[in-house]
Amino acid sequence: MELDPLLLSRIQFAFVVSFHAIFPVFTIGLASYIAVLEALGFKTGNPVWLKLSGFWTKVFAVVFGMGVVSGIVMSFQFGTNWSNFAQATANFLGPVLSYEVITAFFLEAAFLGVLLFGRNKVPAGVHLFAAIMVATGTFISSFWILSANSWMQTPAGFELINGVFHVTSWSEAIFNPSFPYRFMHMGLASFLTGSFVVAGVSAWYILRGREVEANRKALSMCLWLILFIAPAQLVVGDFHGLSTLEHQPTKVAAMEGNWETSSNVPLLLFAIPDQEAQTNHFEIGIPSLASMILTHEWDGVVPGLKDVPREEQPPVAIVFWSFRIMVGIGTLMILVGLTGLALRRGGRYFQSTWFLQVLRVMSIAPFIAVLTGWFVTEVGRAPWLVYGIMDQAAAVTPSLTGGMALFTLIGYIVVYALVFSAGVYYLMRVLYVGLEDQDDEEHEADRPARPLSAAHVPFEYGEDKHRNPAKQGGH
Amino acid sequence: MELFDLPLIWAFIIGFGIIMYVLMDGFDLGVGILFPFAPSEGDRDTMMNSVAPVWDGNETWLVLGGAGLLAAFPMVYTIFLPALYIGVFLLLAGLIFRGVAFEFRFKARTSRYLWNWAFAGGSTIASFAQGAVVGAYIQGFNTVDGVYVGGALDWLTPFTVLTGLGMLAGYSLLGSTWLIMKTEGRLQEWAYRITLPLLAAVLIVFGIISVWTPFVDDLVRERWFSNLTVIWVLPVLTLLCAFQIFRSVRNRFEGMPFVATMGLFITTYLGLVVSRWPYVVPPEYTLWDAASAYGSQMFLLLGTLLVVPIVITYTAWTYWVFRGKVRAGEGYH
Repeated sequence: MELDPLLLSRIQFAFVVSFHAIFPVFTIGLASYIAVLEALGFKTGNPVWLKLSGFWTKVFAVVFGMGVVSGIVMSFQFGTNWSNFAQATANFLGPVLSYEVITAFFLEAAFLGVLLFGRNKVPAGVHLFAAIMVATGTFISSFWILSANSWMQTPAGFELINGVFHVTSWSEAIFNPSFPYRFMHMGLASFLTGSFVVAGVSAWYILRGREVEANRKALSMCLWLILFIAPAQLVVGDFHGLSTLEHQPTKVAAMEGNWETSSNVPLLLFAIPDQEAQTNHFEIGIPSLASMILTHEWDGVVPGLKDVPREEQPPVAIVFWSFRIMVGIGTLMILVGLTGLALRRGGRYFQSTWFLQVLRVMSIAPFIAVLTGWFVTEVGRAPWLVYGIMDQAAAVTPSLTGGMALFTLIGYIVVYALVFSAGVYYLMRVLYVGLEDQDDEEHEADRPARPLSAAHVPFEYGEDKHRNPAKQGGH
Repeated sequence: MELFDLPLIWAFIIGFGIIMYVLMDGFDLGVGILFPFAPSEGDRDTMMNSVAPVWDGNETWLVLGGAGLLAAFPMVYTIFLPALYIGVFLLLAGLIFRGVAFEFRFKARTSRYLWNWAFAGGSTIASFAQGAVVGAYIQGFNTVDGVYVGGALDWLTPFTVLTGLGMLAGYSLLGSTWLIMKTEGRLQEWAYRITLPLLAAVLIVFGIISVWTPFVDDLVRERWFSNLTVIWVLPVLTLLCAFQIFRSVRNRFEGMPFVATMGLFITTYLGLVVSRWPYVVPPEYTLWDAASAYGSQMFLLLGTLLVVPIVITYTAWTYWVFRGKVRAGEGYH
């Protein structure tokens, strides 16, 4: 069998990016949450806030560490597997990625140490400032990354000279047409991810009767946030969709599973897209609703996949189903927010075992939503890498062989599997030990300013003083 | 209007970034290479603690180097990375294992030996890969129209294996002299003991490389044996630094061996730069050929001039905070 370096490079990039993406989307939301907790603690003097902040900072440290390590690989992938792409786009992407390093990485590095280890070393106000700076750094980082990604989706502010992009307007290129929507969509997704993870973990602690008072406070905050952010995400997502319709109609056609350009297009709830036959099987849909949603008119015209040649269509089934999973989870999130509101009076949700269990399960939902959302936007622009200008085949490294691409693909999978199963396992341990383990404060100051060291939970089971989880139920 | 010779300015900035990375991550990689040979497990704790607070920041210079190359000299980025494909993978895998070992080793009990190996193995592989990159750079690349057209393992030659080993020896020397400065007692004794043999190894490998390099490449030979005799000051300075290491170890100075080793690296680095200047992708392309658009270099230069001084200030501050000796049993963990 002939190994295809293009296909293997695509799999490799998808693997590395998907793996990396789940860490920052969580840390961005969590950093803001920690900043809010620090601010509340600073303002009210109530130690509960600082207890919560201390615990979630530990979780943050572990996740941030894994995000950084997996991110280093990303910055070299453009060169190793996509060198033609790197060569063509360097005039824009090079400065943008460099700005990310010098404005975000170093800001985070500078203040993360103070946040993790400085509580007893610097005044409370400085510590709060550090928390805000770390949160700001994560947003600056996502600003540059999403600008780069959006530019590849909706390129602007450039001219092509001999196949190389030259920037003619930095403001148009950085603030390209899809950037504002994508940036907002990801920002809200980060807040939702942070909220659902904190809510799920807090619910789990409440179910086990551990640190109930603090965890109730955390859960209450998260449910308020979910109540407002989940519907807001729906609105932003709608605007994002309209922008996509304008600039990437084929992607929207794939999301809707719509083959022929026509009016009164139904919203498909279920279908099996058949790219071979260029049609769908087993369609179930609501008449005219897709036209209504996309054009805000019942008989609005929705573009079809057949508008472009077969070889310029993205893999329809992946986009179609990823989009439905993402929207489905988004709808569940809105329901969770509303249920939380309905159960709020008298704090009934603290007693409602089934609701707490739902929250527990929902804590992984945002990660699935984020991943499927990325599939929609990334797979949906296939076969383009720079939309309408450079396709994937033209972007791949010319000297790359299938054997090399396969070797490194397997290599990265093995390395990530080993290293990150250890990381995730350790994270579970931190969660398991929980808020009670807030001792050792006096040693905090002696620990190095590095992410994972902030969490000082032993690596193996059975060596700490905590109870067997089985004996803990029934509180 | 091109007011400034921006490619030249960027060559200095990136050249500065590379030597910053080599010196700073060099000593903590060196500590990792020396790790398995330490006298005891307790000494390994101390060794790791001596670099634990700063290695993160040290490694950030590598990321900056990657992004900076893409921004200022995209041709270097898009020829080096495909040409060194397998080597880059080994480098990244090594750095990942090593980075995670830093975090988990202190929490592990029964699995500690695994993290020891991850730390030492990751450091060794990453260091060797970096040395091989230098060798591959001296060797040159097989390109057509600014695109790499060679094979996956063209970089792997006896010469690059030698430069890889040279880097291992050099980083070990940086590591051992760092330990002399940062530790005391038995561990410092051990560091003193291994420094001179390491120095000998470095001089032997560097010597072979220096003799070999002119034969690898005509341009290098011409550069060193033409009328540009002033550059011979660099090997002379290198030897003076080596002598200074020897003398200061004999005299039991604590800081000087590390400083002199940094001097050794800087003069060797300048020697390498002089050999190849102004070719950044030998044998064909100069730094002006490889540069990105003027506007892109200018756009990034403005931010760099503004922000990087702040970054350096912070870095210096971190080293200040963690100054002084690291003692056994009172580590940071």
